[in-house]
Amino acid sequence: MRRAEYVVAGVLAIFSLYLMVKSAELPIGWEPGKGPGGGAFPFWLSLGMLICCAVIAWRNYRRVTPESRSDQPFMDAVSLKLFVIAGGSLAVMVGLIHVIGVYLAIPLFFIFYIGFIGRHGWRTTMALALITPVVTFFFFEIGLKILLPKGVTEEWFYPLYAIFL
Amino acid sequence: MELLGHLADGFATAFEPLNLALVMIGCLVGLFVGAMPGLGSVNGVAILLPVTFFVPPTGAVIFLAAIYYGAMYGGAISSIMLGIPGASTAVATTFDGRPLAIKGEADRALVAAAVASFAGGTISVVLFTLFAPPLADFALKFGPPEEFALMMLAFATFIGLGGDDIPKTMFSILVGLVLSTVGLDIISGNPRLIFFDLPGFYKGISFLVLAIGIYGIGEMLWTIDSSRGDVKIAQHNVTFQRIMDSLRALKRSIRTMVLSSGLGYFVGILPAAGATPGSLMAYGMTKSMSKNPENFGKGEVNGVVAPEAANNAASTGSMLPMLTLGIPGSPTTAILLGGMIIWGLEPGPLLFIEAEEFVWGLISSLYAANLFTLLINLAFIPVFIWVLKMPFTILAPIIFVLCVVGGYAPSTNMHDVWLILIFGAAGYLLRKLNYPMAPAVLAIVLGPLAEKSFRQTMIGEQGNVLVFFERPLSAIFMVLAVALFVYPLYLGRKRKKQRAAEAAATEDGA
Repeated sequence: MRRAEYVVAGVLAIFSLYLMVKSAELPIGWEPGKGPGGGAFPFWLSLGMLICCAVIAWRNYRRVTPESRSDQPFMDAVSLKLFVIAGGSLAVMVGLIHVIGVYLAIPLFFIFYIGFIGRHGWRTTMALALITPVVTFFFFEIGLKILLPKGVTEEWFYPLYAIFL
Repeated sequence: MELLGHLADGFATAFEPLNLALVMIGCLVGLFVGAMPGLGSVNGVAILLPVTFFVPPTGAVIFLAAIYYGAMYGGAISSIMLGIPGASTAVATTFDGRPLAIKGEADRALVAAAVASFAGGTISVVLFTLFAPPLADFALKFGPPEEFALMMLAFATFIGLGGDDIPKTMFSILVGLVLSTVGLDIISGNPRLIFFDLPGFYKGISFLVLAIGIYGIGEMLWTIDSSRGDVKIAQHNVTFQRIMDSLRALKRSIRTMVLSSGLGYFVGILPAAGATPGSLMAYGMTKSMSKNPENFGKGEVNGVVAPEAANNAASTGSMLPMLTLGIPGSPTTAILLGGMIIWGLEPGPLLFIEAEEFVWGLISSLYAANLFTLLINLAFIPVFIWVLKMPFTILAPIIFVLCVVGGYAPSTNMHDVWLILIFGAAGYLLRKLNYPMAPAVLAIVLGPLAEKSFRQTMIGEQGNVLVFFERPLSAIFMVLAVALFVYPLYLGRKRKKQRAAEAAATEDGA
């Protein structure tokens, strides 16, 4: 926990610095007649973030907070595995949406997550993998008239558009 | 009398078939969302907000308010049946709800929770109806300095009353404010903070992206990690006769209901405080006022009644500052507030003049939502218990997909979906180190307003920062804000001295 606290405070401090540099592309001081410049608000607030990170690290050093005294690992092996599986499969699904679209990416995600990770029966898995895209299609595309990304499967939907839209 | 007229008009709006249907669906959805371990009202409202963009604003807010209420009721169900709170607001309900369930009296606890929630909701809506119009009238006098000072006060309450680590709370507020400035600067029109020159950042970061990331993806990752899939359900036998008996036995709890509702309502009004501390305070108060406090924690019905009445009352209370001042009283209302801005309504005192129908429709629908949630809750208790057995490995992927599709829909841009993933992962990792995330969501909603009111004041006053302390109303807010800011520091110092004194005393003794 202690080391994680330092690492996270450090990463956040770098992020704050980056925000400060980025804000400073616009005027950050007082502009006569126009009040504070466009970059002022984010710049000074990012400076505040940086100071907070320093205080967080200092308190960790002084062992003031419960986290700084904890011997628990920040991520044990089980947590890490669960995080990588859930977060990783989610990221792969979102990446696949760009290529094969929502209507193939969602069933694949379900088959992976419910079937392989959850070890549920094939009937449950396939039912959810088939019903969800259908419900999604009717709710978003037909009901709300919001077209979801379809990637290479776009053409398959032309007949459906012709019927429903 | 004028009030009754408004209320009658409101009921006419609330009972339009579409709105009535939305109330019922919202209550039902809210009950399920609330009952799911790991999901509370804020998750439900954040994930489902994009879905509401196809109904008129009045219907949309009624739907979301019904979800809010339903989730407050629903949180009790998993607290009692599973022993894990469905949401942080229902933590106090586990103290006595779980022991009751283990004794085989789960139905008694569930009925007590439902009725207490109804009482809390109804009492607080009455208080809301009485307080809202005068507060809105008062708030009409506010100029930019007062608006800014009020927002400072809202942020300061997170620091003073949030109870989390102070530097981490401040970091959370600041990062929310900075993220809200991404996009085009409202005054100069220049693009700001366009990370890596990605065009997606030109339209700014929607609060919704942060909210779905943190409360959808982040919360799921957190629940997957903390539950590790092992949840045990209490045995249950529910019959009509037992429910009626439990209802009759609740007569003894009326006093607790009334007191807890009042307390919950006033705690709910404070930003940052809200339903979780409200319910814990009501539990503590009821225990200390009880004739047999030793029964608490072992299955005392009043120990379920108090937190449930208070958390529903607090959820109504938190809508008061949202509607009248434009300052949300809880993370859930912060998301509602963001939704109102998307629907083209400006929250704040003018709402009571410009969108009368909307305001009173909402207030009236709260009365209706209470009634429906009570009925649906009592009728569906067996169904909820069945759903709670649904394994997390099915629930989690469904919610993930809902977050992805729901996050894509409002902007139809994959850029936002990737941001949601990043915020979700970051929110989860930061939460592991006890960084509070609610202040960031509040800040990204209030950020644009805070910056605008600050810069307007600065332009008008030629850079005189002291103006915030010179105008009487804003001075009061600022002084309160400073006091809230200093209070935890003072408290920390006092505790340290006490500890040092105790240590010295033991050393002397030895």
